[in-house]
Amino acid sequence: MSTITGGVAESEVAPAKRPLARSSLWRLAARKLLKNKLALAGLFVVVFMFALCFIGPLFSPYTDNKIHMALMNKAPNLKHWLGTDALGRDVLTRVMQAGRISLTVGLASMVLSVFLGSLLGAIAGYYRGIADQVIMRIADLLMTIPSLPLLFILGALLSEWKVPTDYRMYIVMLMLSFVSWPGLARMVRGEVLSLREREFMQAATVLGLRDRRKLFKHLLPNLVPLLIVIASLNVGGAILSESVLSFFGLGVMPPTPTWGNMIDSANNLIDFQQRPWLWIPPGFSIFATVIAINIFGDGLRDVLDPKPKK
Amino acid sequence: MAEALLEVNRLKKYFPIKAGLLNRTVGQVKAVDDVSIAIRPGETFGLVGESGSGKSTAGRTAIRLTEKTGGEVKFKGVDLHTLGAEELRKLRPKMQLIFQDPYSSLNPRVRIGDAIGEALLDHGLAPKDEVRDRVLDVLASCGLSAYHIDRFPHEFSGGQRQRIGIARALVLNPELIIADEPVSALDVSIQAQIINLFRKLQETRGLTYLFISHDLSVVEHLCSHIGVMYLGSLVETGSRDALFREPLHPYTKALLSAVPIPIPKLKRERIVLSGDIPNPANPPSGCKFHTRCPFAVARCKEEVPAFRNVGGDRFVACHLV
Repeated sequence: MSTITGGVAESEVAPAKRPLARSSLWRLAARKLLKNKLALAGLFVVVFMFALCFIGPLFSPYTDNKIHMALMNKAPNLKHWLGTDALGRDVLTRVMQAGRISLTVGLASMVLSVFLGSLLGAIAGYYRGIADQVIMRIADLLMTIPSLPLLFILGALLSEWKVPTDYRMYIVMLMLSFVSWPGLARMVRGEVLSLREREFMQAATVLGLRDRRKLFKHLLPNLVPLLIVIASLNVGGAILSESVLSFFGLGVMPPTPTWGNMIDSANNLIDFQQRPWLWIPPGFSIFATVIAINIFGDGLRDVLDPKPKK
Repeated sequence: MAEALLEVNRLKKYFPIKAGLLNRTVGQVKAVDDVSIAIRPGETFGLVGESGSGKSTAGRTAIRLTEKTGGEVKFKGVDLHTLGAEELRKLRPKMQLIFQDPYSSLNPRVRIGDAIGEALLDHGLAPKDEVRDRVLDVLASCGLSAYHIDRFPHEFSGGQRQRIGIARALVLNPELIIADEPVSALDVSIQAQIINLFRKLQETRGLTYLFISHDLSVVEHLCSHIGVMYLGSLVETGSRDALFREPLHPYTKALLSAVPIPIPKLKRERIVLSGDIPNPANPPSGCKFHTRCPFAVARCKEEVPAFRNVGGDRFVACHLV
């Protein structure tokens, strides 16, 4: 412990805070992530898609639903990089606008289901007993129903009840969270069950710490890596489910574009064979985004899961 | 005789064995069965026994880290097992536990300074701006350096972590410390350091220890009183000197004869017990030790020996004494 200050006497009062000695677990994880090239590539693609969808339309001279009959079904050209669709709308602009919806739906339903799932799972795992029984039996019940048919039925009901198109996006978010929280709750519950038996939690009891501190300073921080990984993988799943629903005409309705309903509108033999610019861009967007998110989530798991060791 | 700081009376802790589709209780493991201990202020009571003899469970039940099945525990005259959750929490600082495994007893995501200081905040034992000083004080008295305060547990060795565990207990100024095999996870040279630290702290702070260990030489070095456990029950208690000079129970004799002595040429009678500790879910009838006891007679098989006073503060559970 030599002092670099040389001639200056070390102060007796203030034990000098050394910024170098303060290592952070997050910084450690970030450093490990930088070494994981595949995960970085995934992160890059995700960031790129977000930038494209949320910033891209600002630079586009077209809007997503301006109909232009003279420009029907034009192949990609210099003015319309990805061509135009059956109503003369610019495909690139629509793909970007659709991405806004798809990514927002994916993120929002992830936030909601992670919130629901981790809250209910943590309550079940930490308090056990009746709460555990009630929550987990409901979760089990929801998990016994295959989610896709359930979503189809809900989607069909929405159409039957003539829910305004503007609201459908939000209802789709709710639906997706509703079917995905049980799996999440189960994972979180398992983790909490194992954490609460760890010795440092017992130590917290012996020290007489308040419940609030035990939960938020000891239990939750150890849950965060799991939550981050679950959340990132969940976004991919939600985007995919939304696309599936929209493809079947049960999710977000045209004219509001989403990647799923864009593919659906090209769902006929002529478009499929002769106008690939109608379905390749949204299809590729789904593919690239979901795979990139999953790769990134996997990388995060590798970085965050093992306990930090030197 | 001064009043006991910790008084354990006929404490029982049974764990149910559940089996089958309906998860019915099909039996019980009597981990702690009728254990009575009294520890007076300033004493060090050593609880020894084989693995699985229930020493740790006894210690943990004594401070109500696990709920008891029967009996009572009085700490400074207060029955711990009848207190409400908040009353118990407020009493916690006075009795601390030091864990066996220094690796799992520290939260990997909490800095050392926070881990030691947080209980002070929760109990209102120090204002926020004094916590750091208190932590620095206690780090110093446990042989750790001030710059350790901002580090994470994974940056320490096993011995240092155990010191952190001790510091965490000590900062609360406890009266009783239950040390649950605090050195068994450490290598021998570090064991000595930690044991001497325990000793030094007792001298400077007048602590009372319940020291749980399976290492008789450690217990002899540190403890003033000793209790020997076998299969959930105490078989013998007494002061260290009396017990080491003249062990009365056959099990104690066997244990003491197994302590290595650093004199190679010295020959002595070694009592080697046959077999393993019996299954605690299905303990032997009568005296639990009769299956392995070299002196067992017919009576031992049928009649449970009383844990009786045999003069002074010595208690033994054996028909033959």
